[in-house]
Amino acid sequence: MSGTPDDTKPVNFTVKAPVYLQIGDAKADTAHSGVCVVDVNLPFGKPVNIEEVTFKNYYTAYVTVRLLRRNPEQEAPAKWCTAVRDLPLMDNPHTEGGSQDYYTIHRTQMQVEPDHVVCARLILRQPSLAWLTFSLEDIQIFPHTEPDPEKEVSDWLSDLTLTDQHPDLEGLPDPQTVSSSIQQMWALTEVMQTNQTTASIGRFDVSETHSQPHLSCNECVHDGGDVITFGR
Amino acid sequence: MLTGIELSLTIAQIIQRLRGSHLHSQIERQAKECLHQPDVKLESLKEDVRSFLKTSGWERKLQNAVYRELQLPPRHPPAPPEHLKEPLVYMRKAQASWEKRVLKSLNSMSTELGVPLAHMRPAAEQKELTNKWNEMGTDEPDLSRFRPVYAPKDFLEVLIGLRNPNHDSSEDISVRSHWGLIQVPLNVRDIPHLREAYSELNLTSGQMGIDDHALIHPAVLCTHSLFCLHVSCVVVMEEDSAAAQQYSRQGCPTGLRADLWALILNATNQPQDVMHYEQLKAGVIQHNLLVDNLIYKDVKLTASNDDYYFVFEDFLYQVLLCFSRDTAVLEHFKYNSATPPKSYIQGEIISVIPFHGFSMYVAPLCFLYNEPSKLYNVFREMYIRYFFRLHSISSHASGILSLCLQFERLLQTHLPQLFYHLRQIGVQPLRLAFKWMVRAFSGYLSTDQLLLLWDRILGYDSLEVVAVLAAAVFAFRAENLMEVTSLASAEAVLADLSTLKVMPLIQVFLFATAM
Repeated sequence: MSGTPDDTKPVNFTVKAPVYLQIGDAKADTAHSGVCVVDVNLPFGKPVNIEEVTFKNYYTAYVTVRLLRRNPEQEAPAKWCTAVRDLPLMDNPHTEGGSQDYYTIHRTQMQVEPDHVVCARLILRQPSLAWLTFSLEDIQIFPHTEPDPEKEVSDWLSDLTLTDQHPDLEGLPDPQTVSSSIQQMWALTEVMQTNQTTASIGRFDVSETHSQPHLSCNECVHDGGDVITFGR
Repeated sequence: MLTGIELSLTIAQIIQRLRGSHLHSQIERQAKECLHQPDVKLESLKEDVRSFLKTSGWERKLQNAVYRELQLPPRHPPAPPEHLKEPLVYMRKAQASWEKRVLKSLNSMSTELGVPLAHMRPAAEQKELTNKWNEMGTDEPDLSRFRPVYAPKDFLEVLIGLRNPNHDSSEDISVRSHWGLIQVPLNVRDIPHLREAYSELNLTSGQMGIDDHALIHPAVLCTHSLFCLHVSCVVVMEEDSAAAQQYSRQGCPTGLRADLWALILNATNQPQDVMHYEQLKAGVIQHNLLVDNLIYKDVKLTASNDDYYFVFEDFLYQVLLCFSRDTAVLEHFKYNSATPPKSYIQGEIISVIPFHGFSMYVAPLCFLYNEPSKLYNVFREMYIRYFFRLHSISSHASGILSLCLQFERLLQTHLPQLFYHLRQIGVQPLRLAFKWMVRAFSGYLSTDQLLLLWDRILGYDSLEVVAVLAAAVFAFRAENLMEVTSLASAEAVLADLSTLKVMPLIQVFLFATAM
């Protein structure tokens, strides 16, 4: 997963004033058509690969996102394409649901790859007459960053589970080797318990010769035979 | 359906919230203790511990906790916290100014009467209160100077005055909205959608309280009741919160209602809950709050005068006095939309300011729980999930504003003649129904019917049934209401609801209304 909005900064761009389309004579008739166009000009000469677009809604019912893409390899002129068509922002254009909510359009939700984008155009629609005005606020575009090759895909997994800070271990043996050796010992005791006729084990060290008495704890099974000694 | 990104975010948030909780430490402790079990082997440690937690019921408890967390709204990264509580700016402003107004009223009462908002009780008084804790109802303090901070009708005026600054309210559009009092265009559901959402209430489905009535043939009665009882027993034993909620939609059997509700609300009565309650009780004994007098007055005026609830007067004091000091209640409102009006003591927030009729939220629960700390926990959960929405300004689907609008729309759509007639005689139906809805019908219905209604509130996790019932009552009494010619006679027709059977009314209104 590539960078989240927390890490990346939004692209600096200029937003032109929204243009509310009018029906009929612009001077005489001020009937609202319910359509508004917002042009977003990305920095000149620096096409952007878009990761996501975020904005806050203000009574817009549907939004269409069109992108002007210029392929850097080919010399062909830039082409407009539709990334998102009529995305509903309000469940019902006449009622409040979703009217002031925050939205994110991720690149995976777009119909085309939003790469090498020079200009974006947001077409807002609000067919209901219930509202005096409608717009989008706080529009931000976040660029797509290539995932860090060192971090694995499970990077977001580690963000979920907060790992405990390991205390500084100086002069102490490595916990891993200690625990694995303890596990081995425990496994051994398990084996011993299940096979009760086999060799005795003592917790304390015993002498090299078998004939001398064992210096061991009372858990020992004195059955003769082999004696297993642990390191001093 | 959540996308991959949203799902991982939701998971991360839930883990964050559950980490460090009491359940987390309990499960850890259980996992450590289960290592002594013989069937937990070293080589398959992880799987064995997991299956132990599953069979011992701890996984179910964790599922219940996750289920409870899922009831909270998901966090969308760019949205600030106040937006999650209430997305509409003008509603936030209205709620804030309402809270200020209530607080100001409380403060001016304090100044006027010369009673401080809080003061420490003298030692003798503390001792006396400790001794009298279980019979506070016998006290007859002089409460004549105190008056409720606000009454539901004051709140209704605020709701009526709410306007969206972006709403075009010129005359030629949506004339229908000018019939009713609520002028805010919230999305409310009409009968076709309600039929889908409340399909378990269909006329063909058996309901507890109707279909186990003695008039039905014993053989049929036995089978149906036994089956329902069996299912509910299994649900309680399995401690399955989600199943309990689903089951509650058709009503709970009386004997199991207390357990089922506690399960749905995840209201446990573990040692730390009891301890919390004892701490609150200690707080009550130490300090006397101005709000306490309001609580006394409210209980004396409402619950004590009610034929069904006067026996529980002492319980009500024990619960409400503690509740008014519980700051943990406000912790919950960080996530949920809106906050009820709260008061301050020396900079420290004290919980909710009660209004006239507040004690009626607790009274019906006294029929189910007789242990004070359990009663307290269940009430607290019910309050922070549902009841606070009935006196806060918000755009939530279960908020009182949506309920009022839904009531008006249902009436306008399906009983237009009645609505028109009432308007003609100068009566706004909402003014008659508001007091029922604000109390979720507590004190207006008979108790067994009220509990059946609250079964559905829990079962569907929504207060919508309250609005539907209000409209259904009007539909039921429509004939009489069509003949009235004044506000007083309209009120008289609707004065007594104690004989109503709620489920048949709701069922007929939802499923038998001609479309």
